[in-house]
Amino acid sequence: MPPPVTEASGSLAMRARQRFWRSLSEAEGIPDATLPRPIDTRFAPNRRDFMKLMGASIALAGVSGCSHGSLEKIVPYRAGPAEQTYGKPVFYASVLPRDGYGVGVLVETNMGRPTKIEGNPSHPASLGATGVIEQAAVLELWDPDRSQTVKHGGTIATWNDFLAALQAQFDARAGTKGTGLRILTETIASPSLHAQIQSVLERFPRAKWHQWQPLNDDNLHDAAEMVYGRRLDTVCRFDRARIVVAFDGDFLDDAPASIRCALDFATRRHAHAAADARSRLYAFECTPTLTGAAADHRLPIQAADVGAAIAQLARALGATTVDVANVLPDAWIAAIVADLRANRGASIVVAGRRQPPHVHALAHVVNAHLGNVGNTIVHVPPAADDPTNQLASLRDLVEAMNGGAIDALLILGANPVYTAPADLAFASALAKVPFKVHHGLYVDETADRCDWHVPAAHPLECFGDLRAFDGTLALQQPGIAPLYDGKSAHELLAALAGDTTRGNRELVEAYWQRERASDFAAFNDRALREGIVDGSTPEPINVALRGDLAAVLAKATPSQPPRAADDIEIVFVADPRIGDGRHANNAWLQELPKPLSQLAWDNAALIAPALARRYGMENEDIVEIRVGGRRIEVAAWLMPGVPERSITLALGFGRTRAGHVGNGHGVDAYAIRTSDAPWFAGGVAITRTGRKHALACAQTHHAMEGRDIVRTFTLGEAQACTPDECGTPRYRNERTLYETPPTGPYAWAMSIDLSSCIGCGACTIACQAENNIPVVGKAEMRNGREMHWIRVDRYYEGDIADARALFQPVPCMQCEHAPCEVVCPVEASVHDAQGINVQVYNRCVGTRFCSNNCPYKVRRFNFFQYTDDVPGLDSQRNPEVTVRMRGVMEKCNYCLQRITNAKIAADVEGRRLRDGEVVTACQAACPARAIVFGDLADAQSEVNRRKSSPLDYALLAELNTRPRTTYLARVTNPSPALAQSTQQSRRREAPPAGAVDTRPRADR
Amino acid sequence: MATDAGTLVPPPGERYTGAIITDKIADLVLVRPMHAGYYVGFIVTAAFTLLFIVAITYLFTTGVGIWGVAQPVAWAFALTNFVWWVGIGHAGTFISAFLLLLRQHWRTSVNRFAEAMTIFAVAMAGLMPILHLGRPWFFYWLIPYPDVMNVWPQWRSPLVWDIFAIATYIIVSILFWYMGLIPDLASLRDHARTRGKQVAYGLAALGWRGEARQWHRFETAYLLMGGLATPLVISVHTVVSLDFSFGLVPGWHSTIFPPYFVDGALYSGFAMALVLAVPMRKVFRLEDFITRDHLAKMGTLMLVTGLIVAYSYMVEAFNAYYSTDLYEIAMMRNRYFGPYAPISWSVILCNVLIPQALWSKRLRRNPLALFVLGLVVLLGMWLERFMIIVASLERDFLPSAWHMFYPTFWDLATLAGSLGAFAFLFLMFLRFLPAISMSELRKDVRQETIRAGTHT
Amino acid sequence: MLYALLAEFADPRALLDAVRRCRERYHDVDAYAPYAVDGLAEALGVRKNRVPLVTLIGGLVGGAGIYFLQWYSAVVDYPINSGGRPLDSWPVFIPPTFEITILGAALAAFFGMLLLNGLPKLHHPIFNAPEFELASRNRFFVAIRATDPEFDAVRTRAFLEGLAPIKVSEVPL
Repeated sequence: MPPPVTEASGSLAMRARQRFWRSLSEAEGIPDATLPRPIDTRFAPNRRDFMKLMGASIALAGVSGCSHGSLEKIVPYRAGPAEQTYGKPVFYASVLPRDGYGVGVLVETNMGRPTKIEGNPSHPASLGATGVIEQAAVLELWDPDRSQTVKHGGTIATWNDFLAALQAQFDARAGTKGTGLRILTETIASPSLHAQIQSVLERFPRAKWHQWQPLNDDNLHDAAEMVYGRRLDTVCRFDRARIVVAFDGDFLDDAPASIRCALDFATRRHAHAAADARSRLYAFECTPTLTGAAADHRLPIQAADVGAAIAQLARALGATTVDVANVLPDAWIAAIVADLRANRGASIVVAGRRQPPHVHALAHVVNAHLGNVGNTIVHVPPAADDPTNQLASLRDLVEAMNGGAIDALLILGANPVYTAPADLAFASALAKVPFKVHHGLYVDETADRCDWHVPAAHPLECFGDLRAFDGTLALQQPGIAPLYDGKSAHELLAALAGDTTRGNRELVEAYWQRERASDFAAFNDRALREGIVDGSTPEPINVALRGDLAAVLAKATPSQPPRAADDIEIVFVADPRIGDGRHANNAWLQELPKPLSQLAWDNAALIAPALARRYGMENEDIVEIRVGGRRIEVAAWLMPGVPERSITLALGFGRTRAGHVGNGHGVDAYAIRTSDAPWFAGGVAITRTGRKHALACAQTHHAMEGRDIVRTFTLGEAQACTPDECGTPRYRNERTLYETPPTGPYAWAMSIDLSSCIGCGACTIACQAENNIPVVGKAEMRNGREMHWIRVDRYYEGDIADARALFQPVPCMQCEHAPCEVVCPVEASVHDAQGINVQVYNRCVGTRFCSNNCPYKVRRFNFFQYTDDVPGLDSQRNPEVTVRMRGVMEKCNYCLQRITNAKIAADVEGRRLRDGEVVTACQAACPARAIVFGDLADAQSEVNRRKSSPLDYALLAELNTRPRTTYLARVTNPSPALAQSTQQSRRREAPPAGAVDTRPRADR
Repeated sequence: MATDAGTLVPPPGERYTGAIITDKIADLVLVRPMHAGYYVGFIVTAAFTLLFIVAITYLFTTGVGIWGVAQPVAWAFALTNFVWWVGIGHAGTFISAFLLLLRQHWRTSVNRFAEAMTIFAVAMAGLMPILHLGRPWFFYWLIPYPDVMNVWPQWRSPLVWDIFAIATYIIVSILFWYMGLIPDLASLRDHARTRGKQVAYGLAALGWRGEARQWHRFETAYLLMGGLATPLVISVHTVVSLDFSFGLVPGWHSTIFPPYFVDGALYSGFAMALVLAVPMRKVFRLEDFITRDHLAKMGTLMLVTGLIVAYSYMVEAFNAYYSTDLYEIAMMRNRYFGPYAPISWSVILCNVLIPQALWSKRLRRNPLALFVLGLVVLLGMWLERFMIIVASLERDFLPSAWHMFYPTFWDLATLAGSLGAFAFLFLMFLRFLPAISMSELRKDVRQETIRAGTHT
Repeated sequence: MLYALLAEFADPRALLDAVRRCRERYHDVDAYAPYAVDGLAEALGVRKNRVPLVTLIGGLVGGAGIYFLQWYSAVVDYPINSGGRPLDSWPVFIPPTFEITILGAALAAFFGMLLLNGLPKLHHPIFNAPEFELASRNRFFVAIRATDPEFDAVRTRAFLEGLAPIKVSEVPL
């Protein structure tokens, strides 16, 4: 029997636990996700689901099969291409779009197949890390649902047909100088593409260029105009900020720069960060976000109150005189003001892109007032080309279309039929245009309503260039030739400009030859190798506040109209996984649980338990939401930390033409999103329909049950730690009867820093891509059969109204005394000499005893043949990782294949592996540098340094499993001034005793 | 005319000589006056056997995913059925071997069908661990043999011990049973009228002649087998219990499991023996051989083992709280107040409360009551296995992994199918083999006669 | 040609007396009964019984064999690190050892019994005897084999008649 865990110990961890005990009782009301009711697990439907999930029917696969045969002549493979060695991956530096801005990546190709994305260390938006979107890009590339041929009126056509049709249009309108010709794109941050648009506009002076993407920066740019008189981008340097105040600003997840922001932010959040360097984050937000979860102080306020909140702060700082009702507790304001004043020039006040311009304007004012500009804040010329107000631009277009003034419309990449605000009725307006061309990756809702559809080449298939959020330029190069008849936007625009001869590459290179006539060859080669254009980072520009700022602000800032006591608002957010819906057909992203709700495959109306209590709602109840005469029905999900009178709904779901994977999941929030209130709207009415919609939730229990799972210390407590005083004794101190078995030259181990982990889930997707982990689908997730090798657990601490979320990534712990090994009857689960608990797939018979005996439940079992060999998708697989069959157990193995490759390389050079030479997939992707992997046998290794910290602890150490993976406790840095008052405010917001039990009947 | 006499051995004298016993029992097999109830039972059980075959076929072609098992509850019905069936087998061996050593002559009337029950139950049990494998076609990898991978079984795993225990158990049970059958097969051979039966039973009887030296060795070997089977039966369920107590799941990781499981096994076994005996003696008019006293004896054994089970429940709960172990206490709380509480409380009801009725002597001598109680205890014991396996797995160490288990249709089909197949095999046994040991009964009757003779 | 002379009795006590009487004059005496009559073997002068010894050997061979197999495979042939436990974890070798000991002993007991009894032997002259099928029902038989030196068809028959059997019959070879 393991040494019993008693509450007798007086150690800090125990005190921490007692805090959890208390909070447990408080957290009684935290809703447990509905436990799934039994699901019919007959295989036939499941099999179909898998085919769908894996994105293809055989028919599609067939098409993809033949479309490979291009008409170029085939030459025997005598001398391979440069840098290509059989069995060795080749990495190409390129750049992928994130809301239109560039994120530098390295594309791993195996024998010409892009299989994995890594971050580009030299690119400012990545610094080597990646987000979930970048990781999942390879699956999108190989998705057999992608549009594969030119389509005319829904029937297959050819590129030449299209060119002919285009020519016919020109001929018909010869000499009209392009009157009635319109081009609609998304945000463009690409010099070459912009140049081509310009050349089109030169050829057709009366033509017009519109922009629209739902997740745009209108508010930021308008605010800049309001404050500085010109549109510009603001770059926040969180690595320099000691105090950060976020007003509904989810900079860690919901911004083009969020990867970089997370990296910078983490530098001051690591458990081992010096106390005086440590930053403090205050977050006022409506929807619980990663930023809010990372905050030292989070206060849930309605989205509509954020403006008043920041105004209140600005006034308290004396930065402005704008007068609106107070919404924040005085204690908070006092504490924040004190902190900000004490850290002039080393603080950041940031607002989210959801917030209207005047909120950003106030943020600018406060930052200027605190002298942050130039230190923690720099202004740069906008990275986007022609950063116009996209909503206005779209409105013009729709008006023109309705006015019948448009006779030819080219839509590049955008999907306005799905994403345009409902009140604009884009679809009906579009119907009035005689010649409509759509260019995109999928035959989506918009393509459906266009006469012509041209398949877009995937970013991994074409050349190009993209500016990052800070304006840094990087060249894009393909990892593979277009799989289908995909055309790049360059080619399409060139055709429009009358140039139908040159291909994607010539067009891009031609542009740069013009730009860099002097040293093009060197420039191009260098830029492609580095993945970044040297010296392209624009200089910060010094701008002065407008003289009439006060007046402008006073005009822009609405004095809060007194809202009715029970006026409920609805807030639209980008889905943390599939964004605005463009990634809806990506099974990896769909199945990746959303960071806080832990939901997958659906969006849901996130409501506060208090609100649910008022309306007698439970999880999965379908509610009707009416706002501004529009209505949708969507399943409700109870979410701690949501303000009582606020409902959050994610965009991007309810797609009808996304593909086999994305269609029919969730509800289309655009249906009630109007142009006058694109982000949040009041006056919402909700009613229960009495029906239920099954949701898949990866975690059905949220309280830590008073167990020592996620350790949290305040900075003070952490400093008080001595190695033996911090928490229960470490596993290495535990006694054992067995002599340690002989070990090899290396002893691999991992350390996960819960202080810097922001819970984004990039590790999970990176692992999925690296290790050929199958997707199981919604039904199987509800059965509790997801396959992720590293999951991110989320626990709640504190009372229900303002519960603090704690994240904990859980991979295999690689126990030295692994409970799974001793119970495996066939030696399928064994220990190797470097301390890795390896799973021998071809020996496993599937007794599942190992999974039962694993206290961390990190083992995953193939209950069905999850991995279907769908032609196309199998090309994404990592050739170095076995594909597991039905009936076999699998789990994390510290990316054994990477270790082996590195060891071979080292052996060839006859040397020992250097620290940091082996990087696991999860570690490489992590934007918070929370994961460190290395060799315990190397005294100097980073992992050893981390494990020597008193904050280091082993999960469930009392079981004496002696895990190689350990954690650094979460250290918070609360404001001393605020400590009690938070308690008070919490008590104020705490639900009455005997709060409604929202757990499902089965669990009561 | 056959009155339900209250003796453990049919009375001596004219009514029951060795001749009449032999004729009466042999005719059940040879001259077949089959009761209509038999045919009904035959059709029903055959149907369920078919369901069993369908369920297994679908399972093998599709995967264990058709069951409700998932993370963290990776074991559920299959293992529950396994433990339950093995347990049922135990009473058979206990009656035939243990009582043999204790020279309990009353066993003679019941040991034959009890052994048959054992064999068929263990056969069902033996199937379950194979069915629940992810790749059942590789089950033989648990058996040590020099294979191409040059690897051996991992001897630390209780699942390997299982293979040895179950295999040994079923082989020994069959040998023991067959050895006891040999003289009776000879009787059938000699009584058979048709050539076909003479040949069939003749072959099976191996040419037994009833020669004195043969009897001599036979008795020694039979006694030795009994002596071997007794510790075996204890060891088998001990090993089965180690499948759980060897793991560190709260609710499994307990030192009381071996005795607790063995006793529970006997408990359910006696229940099954009663459930089989009561209808059998009625349908085949064996009231004079399996008398109310036999039933009462088994009732008493059921009561005793039941009390030990109740005690084990208390010890389990006590240990949990006495250990002050966070997880053990949470497990115990979850077991009786968590989502599976209804199951746990029905276990208490079926295994502890209702069987107390057996204190009543009148009830112990009432076949119908015993039959019903047997069914209740069988249900209770199945639920107990389910409670131990599933309710413990559902919530172990990390709350983030907690997840409910719900059975699917195929879970239930496999259970029902195994019950059907068991009953079907038992009916086949009654049809083709003597349900009571004639040779031993002949001897007992003789000794009764002698005793009676000396009394007068 | 004769195999033996067979006397039939209705009662085990009669059988026992008969056997004792026969043993005084004859050596090759067999007795047949529908169940194991206590004292019959002794009356026939059966002293030693090898079944227990065979059983013991079977058990020892089984136990020793499986323990060696476990030790050899886990320590010598394919040593692996399983959960950081010692290679020679003798306690976990016990359960299989116990089970296989039992198995070996049981197999030895069963087959030892058969072989020592000369079974299976589907044909035997004694089956030719009239009414011998009753030997498995309720009749008891004593046979004096023709191989006995003292055997003489006439005198032996007279001797058997003297034991007051139900009847005496000849068993052809």
